[in-house]
Amino acid sequence: MAHDTHIQVRSQAEFEYAKKKRADEMKGHLATFAIMIFLTLIAFTMVAAGFSTYLIVPIILLLAGIQVILQLYYFMHMSGKGHGMVAFFMFCGMFVAFITVLALVTIVWW
Amino acid sequence: MDINQKYTPQSWPDHPETATLEGKNKFIGFWLLLAAETVTFASLFATYLALKDKGPSGMEYSAAGLFELPLVFAMTMILLTSSLTSVYAMYHMKNHNFKAMQAWLGITVILGATFLGLEIYEFNHYVHLGFGFTNSAFSSAFYVLVGTHGAHVLFGLSWFIALMIRNSKRGLNMYNAPKFYLASLYWHFIDVVWVFIFTVVYLMGVIG
Repeated sequence: MAHDTHIQVRSQAEFEYAKKKRADEMKGHLATFAIMIFLTLIAFTMVAAGFSTYLIVPIILLLAGIQVILQLYYFMHMSGKGHGMVAFFMFCGMFVAFITVLALVTIVWW
Repeated sequence: MDINQKYTPQSWPDHPETATLEGKNKFIGFWLLLAAETVTFASLFATYLALKDKGPSGMEYSAAGLFELPLVFAMTMILLTSSLTSVYAMYHMKNHNFKAMQAWLGITVILGATFLGLEIYEFNHYVHLGFGFTNSAFSSAFYVLVGTHGAHVLFGLSWFIALMIRNSKRGLNMYNAPKFYLASLYWHFIDVVWVFIFTVVYLMGVIG
């Protein structure tokens, strides 16, 4: 049946190890979250400080890109095993997304 | 073996979301949806960028004169934090701790609802200023882009609430673990889109 699975038989040591690994991973997620907050603060501060537009725009777009990669690879576990097809889907989606934005913007701006 | 099989933290698999065939199918199908959603939002972003500050002559509002950063900053922090709380929920799901998972999902829902409340306040404020949906090409593109994101937030909240209520007496099993996992993936995706909205719409809007 579709919901069938094995019951994993694990020793106490294996169970403790898996639990500790998850706890370590959670600490990593907290660090990721701190980085995301930091990147957001930089982006808002730069705009509030009134730097040149030509400086701000590429930097805040880069910060957004980094933040999205952190979300995808850590919070959404795309770095984990068995995410090959997932990465294929997402990169295809991003490629089409990039072409779409590029096409509409160039049509209008040039 | 049936789907009502009871588990203990000890017998709970490391990856309950993909431990069954149905879980695997849901997982792959859902990521395909997220890839398609990426394209949906890209078309809305492209429309917004193309129509930003455009409209009939004499239109009053432009991005630089309209958007206010403090509210957007608060919304960003709230949504980012709700992303972390849903990570906590999934951490407890993998530890087979149903109550802790429900509690963190509850916090996520409260944060998400706060975000949505602030967005409704913001839209209401703009409409009262005279910046309605039909005001200009810019206003239509803005409301469609940010409004579609808001609709996703509303859908995500409803999804979380429905799962929490429907499964409140069941506890965690192989049937509902993938459901909770996918709802949290959806929530992260909403945050991914918001990262681009606050950068492209609000921050780049304020600097003109």
